[in-house]
This record gives sequence, structure tokens and C-alpha cells, in this order.
Amino acid sequence: MSTASKTQAVSNPNRRLISLSNLLPWAFAALFLLCLPLIFQSSSALTIMNQMAITIVFALSYNMLLGQGGMLSFGHAVYMGLGGFFAMHVMNMVEYEGLWLPLPFLPVIGGLFGMFFAFLIGSFSTRRAGTVFAMISLGVGELIAACSIIIVVFFGGEEGISGDRTMGPEVLGVDFAAQSEVYYLTVIWLLIATVLMYLFSRTPIGRIANAVRDNEERAEFLGYSQRRVRWMSFIASGFFAGIAGSLFAINFEILTEENLNLATSGSILLITFLGGVGFFVGPIIGAIVFTLLQTVLGLYTEIWSLYLGILFVSCVMFFPGGFAGIIAMHRRPLALGKLNLLFGPYLKVVIPALTSVLSLAAILEISFHKRHSFGDDHEMSLYGITFDSHGYQALGFTIVIAAISLFLVSRILPSIKAAWDEANHAGDAQ
Amino acid sequence: MALFLVNILDGLVTGLLLFMLCSGLTLIFSMMGVLNFAHASFYMLGAYFAYQISTITGFWMGLLVAPIIVGVFGAAIERYGLRRVHKYGHVPELIFTFGLALLIEEVIQFFWGKSQMAYSEPEALNFAAFAIAGNSFPAYKVFMIFVAMGLFLTLLYILTKTRIGMTIQAALSYPETVQNLGHNVPLVFMGVFGVGTAMAGLAGVIAGPVLGTFPGMAVQLGSIVFVTIVIGGLGSLWGALVASLIIGWLQTFAAAYNVAMEDILTAVGFTKPENIWDHPLQDLWTLTLPQIGPILPYLLMVFVLVLRPQGLMGKRET
Repeated sequence: MSTASKTQAVSNPNRRLISLSNLLPWAFAALFLLCLPLIFQSSSALTIMNQMAITIVFALSYNMLLGQGGMLSFGHAVYMGLGGFFAMHVMNMVEYEGLWLPLPFLPVIGGLFGMFFAFLIGSFSTRRAGTVFAMISLGVGELIAACSIIIVVFFGGEEGISGDRTMGPEVLGVDFAAQSEVYYLTVIWLLIATVLMYLFSRTPIGRIANAVRDNEERAEFLGYSQRRVRWMSFIASGFFAGIAGSLFAINFEILTEENLNLATSGSILLITFLGGVGFFVGPIIGAIVFTLLQTVLGLYTEIWSLYLGILFVSCVMFFPGGFAGIIAMHRRPLALGKLNLLFGPYLKVVIPALTSVLSLAAILEISFHKRHSFGDDHEMSLYGITFDSHGYQALGFTIVIAAISLFLVSRILPSIKAAWDEANHAGDAQ
Repeated sequence: MALFLVNILDGLVTGLLLFMLCSGLTLIFSMMGVLNFAHASFYMLGAYFAYQISTITGFWMGLLVAPIIVGVFGAAIERYGLRRVHKYGHVPELIFTFGLALLIEEVIQFFWGKSQMAYSEPEALNFAAFAIAGNSFPAYKVFMIFVAMGLFLTLLYILTKTRIGMTIQAALSYPETVQNLGHNVPLVFMGVFGVGTAMAGLAGVIAGPVLGTFPGMAVQLGSIVFVTIVIGGLGSLWGALVASLIIGWLQTFAAAYNVAMEDILTAVGFTKPENIWDHPLQDLWTLTLPQIGPILPYLLMVFVLVLRPQGLMGKRET
């Protein structure tokens, strides 16, 4: 009896891993991604989608450290960049030295190089987690970014190195000159990498990495070396970062110092955290939202990174779970069947909240224009309205609107709080 | 020899400037366990505030007022930002200060734009203090040395000889016990954070005219500051001093002496390849000391971490 239940308990997770209900979301995601180019056919849309896919792989590999292993890295771009640089050199060897390597297999090479450097650097940086790891990753990141300017032969100095992806042997008659062909290559690698990273999080080593993150001392008492566990996650993460780097090399055909430096490492931390570090899908959401924000907001405003900074800091302060965390907060009301209680209050707050965000942004935009416009250029247009940014009317008007909408939001908030408590309360309404 | 002396003094200026940042960072770290990633941003704020004040009232008023504003701002950040994030643990705190660093840079660009400010040293100090064999040494750098030394001695005096210093030191090791004795430990934390950021602000005020007041100045110095306190040993004030001076001298001497790799390699017995620009070892042959100067602190950090993980003077294994 006890043996029977034991085998069942052991075999259960395995069965669940390949069951239909677990396979279904993946199949849907794959189908959706493969059909996307039929909807968005323009070359700029394909470029954005490629960028998104690369960022997703990179962010997921970053979350293997931050979310699953509790390691905060300020230098993860190093592994993506180095993987990309090596992939680019291999691509050039294919072109000039006749090396036989079909393009779709290039990411494996880049991944292995990313893995190798993660092995090397991880050997001393994973000794401790937390602050010390963060500082070492920062130092190593700066070291390699600075080296990339000095070692011109390999990194190409300030202009970087470039290549041509179409020179390799054709695969099934495809030479990867067209953007859509590259899209399919990128998406297939995105799926492979995502599935592998998901499976990694389910393996015993992935689980122990969680244990070490939560309590390294207890994990040591169970007989696991915390350092070894962190090192192994670090190596695996380096592999996937290298894959992301190779995909970058294939897509953009150029790599520069920018791919390795602190700014890139910082933005992947931002993306991952905004998406939500506690959930496997978090970095995916973060990468999609960030790329969209970057391209859309970047078109309309000069100070989009100021908005991003504000969003990030308020996310750390008020919603440490990120976007995925906010979505996951609604699981309990859903399970209790009380999600409908929240619709009303949410609907009520949407318009005032949107108005206050837009008017606060308008205040920033007007003051920015007033401060930095050249000479007599007083005219500015915002939300389709053209007005004089130096007059007091426009600024005064937006401040009044902002104040009114913020007041309305503050009036509605208690009812949301009450509805939230009620929706999370098991049992009938009192 | 004369050039050597000038470099010693120049390195001392750089090292002491670094130490003004590192000492505050170390104090905050050993007290709250949080590494303030935005520390160099407070240094930048100090320079910008001082510039803004100096356009109205002149340099000296800025020197007095700007650090105080930065300190009050820092204390407010601790009270309303960091304390809120504290309950999530150290890693989110670090992420918070990282976000703060991004935000401060953006806010500075919002107000002052991307270009360098015309913030310069006061007229009264714009002369050569003395000359060593024809190399004149500006009076402003002498002033910088005195300010940094004065700050360090004041800090040392307060920490070791006064009642407040005793409370702070006790709160570093046993915050709960100190709290139970009736001291307001959160207030002490806020005060230390404020004073630490004010010191960074002061460093910015006096460094702004020399190193330039521009939006990249925090990033430029920020990573070096973290490397310094890792080399010195996290949480060790003396280690921070030693590491700051080492790095100050390392950078100054590397920039001053144009030692070329070519000379060394030739001296050892290698011959330079004919066609150097197509050679795979071209970078090795054309390398010069000023070129690798900026990466020396990072290399030193990697060496220290491999050989002595707790840092030069750190007590605990890092």
C-alpha cells in the first residue's frame, strides 16, 4: 500500500510534465508565434518581433539567476555579448574560410561560448550570493566592457564587428536574406530555449537552486554545496544568454561594445523585474511590454526613459512582484469565483487613473519643452493639441486636470480595497 | 623624481575624493547591510546643486548649502523609499537603489540637459600653489586635499570620541540591543544615510569643477567606488581608505607614464612583426599603460577576490 502510493507520488510529476494540459499552452504559443508574420508583414514589425524574441531569451536566462537562484547580476550582458561576438566570428569564418556550418546551428556555438565564460567567471563570483555577487558581477562586467575597447582584433574597437548571415550553406533552400526567414529562425530558437529553460526549472538542480535562494544554510545541511548549485545555474544561464547573443548577431549582423556594457546589463534587470521575477512567464511579459514601450513611447517623447525610471522605482516600491505578480494576485479571487466583484470598481477607476497618468505626463512634457526649447520655439503639440508651452494657461489647465483626476482616484481607492478584501474572502458575504 | 612627486599628489587627490564617497557607502553598508547603488548619483546631485547655487551666490555658498540639501534629500529617500523596500530583503533594496540611480540621472537630464555645466573653481583658488621643478600644482587641489582630510578626521572624531558615535557603532553591531536601551535606531539609520549622502554630495561639490559636471559623472565614478569598497573589504572603513589611495595612485601613475608594451616585449627579446596592423597580436604589441589604466582597478578587484575573498581589510569572507 505504502509502496504503491510512493511510486504514484514519484511518477506523478513525470506524468504531469508531458500531459496534454501542460503541452497545450506551449502548442498554442508555438502556433501563435508561427502565425504572427501573417498578421504583421511589414519589415519594421518583424524587426520589433525579432528584438522581442531575443530580449525574451535574454530575460529568461537572467531570471534563472535573479528569480530562481537569488543572484542579482549587474553584468549579465557580458555572456550575451561574448556569445554574440564569438558567433559573429564563426559567421565570418563561414564566409571567408569556408567553414561548413548552417546558420540555424550558430546559436549553439554562441551558447557554448557564453557557457564557457560563465563557467570561468562563475568559479569565483558565485562563492556568495546577494550583495557580494552583485558587486563582483558589476566589476567583471565593467572589466570586460573596458577590454572590448582595447582588444581591437577581437571586439573591433568602437565600431564593433559585423558579418553577413547569408554566406553559409542553404538550409532547405533558405538563405536567410529575408527578414521573415530570420523571424522563423529566431522564433524556433525562442521556443527551444524557453522549453529548455522551463524544463531546467523543473529538474532537481533547478529546484535546489530555489532552495539555496530561499535558505542557503538549510540547503547546505541537506548536503548541497550552495556554491556548486549557484555555479551550475550560472553556467546554464550563461548558455542561454549566449544563445540570445547569437540571435542578436544573426538579426542585426553587428555587435559593438554596447552589447556588453553596464547599460545593457541594467536594462535586462529592469525588464526582468518589471515583468516579475517570481514567475516563469514574468520575464516574457516584461520583454514584450518593454520593447513595445521603447518603440512606441520613443516615437512620441524625448523623456521616455524618465517615465521608465519612474515606473521601475514605483514597481520596486509598491509591486515587487511585477506585472506577473499583479496578474497572479487575481488567482485567488478567480478560484473563489469572485472575480466579478472586482470588475465594477476597476471599471470605475480606469478613466480617472488614465486621465491622471496622462495629465501628469503632460505636466512633465510641458515643463520639459519650456526648459529645453530653442529660442522662440514656444509652440508644442501634445495629444493632438497645439499650444504655447511658455504660457501659464496650458500648464495651469493640466495641473487642474491632474488634481481633479487624482482626487477622483483617491476617492475610488477605498471601494477597490473593500472589493478586493471581499473577493479574497472565502465564504459568503457578511 | 619631480614628476613622481606631482603624481603622488595628484593620486592623493583622486584617492581622497574616492574615499569621500567610499566612507559614506561603507558606513551605510555596515549599518544597514544595503549597498547604496545610487551613492554616486548623490555625488552628481551635489555637483549640480552647487553649480545652480553658485550661479546665484558664488562658489562658497554652494559648498556649504549643496551638501546639506543632498543630505536632507538622502534622508528622505531612506525614510520614504528604502525603509519601505527593506521588508522585502537586501536584494530588492539593491534593486531599488539601482532604479534610483537611473531615475536621478534622468531627472538631472530633465532639468539641466545633457551637456556639461560651466561650473568652475572659485577665483580665489585659481592660482598655482607651488611648483615642483617647473610642474605647478593648483591651489584648488590643495584645497581638495584639505577638505577631504578635514572630513575624514571629523568623521573619525565623531565615530570614536563622541556619544553619538558610540551609539552609531553599537547600532552597527547590535541594533536590537541598542533599540532596547531606548535609542531610536531607525532615526540613527536615517541620520547615517543622510550624512553619508551629504558626504557624497560634498565630494561632488568639490570634484565638479575639476572632473566636469555632466550627466555621466555618476556612472563614470560609480563602478570604481563599488570596486574600491570590494577591494578594501566590504564594511571596513580603513580598508576603504587604503583601497581608495591605491586606486587613486594606480590610475594617476598609469595615465602619467607612457610605458609601451612594444618596449617591454623588445627588451625581453621578441622582435616586432613587420606588418603589425594585420598581425593577430597587434593589440598586444600596440598596448600602452595609459590605455589599460582604466581597467586596472577591475583587474585588481578580480585578483583580490581570487586571492583574498574578504578584501584587503575585511574581516568576514565575502
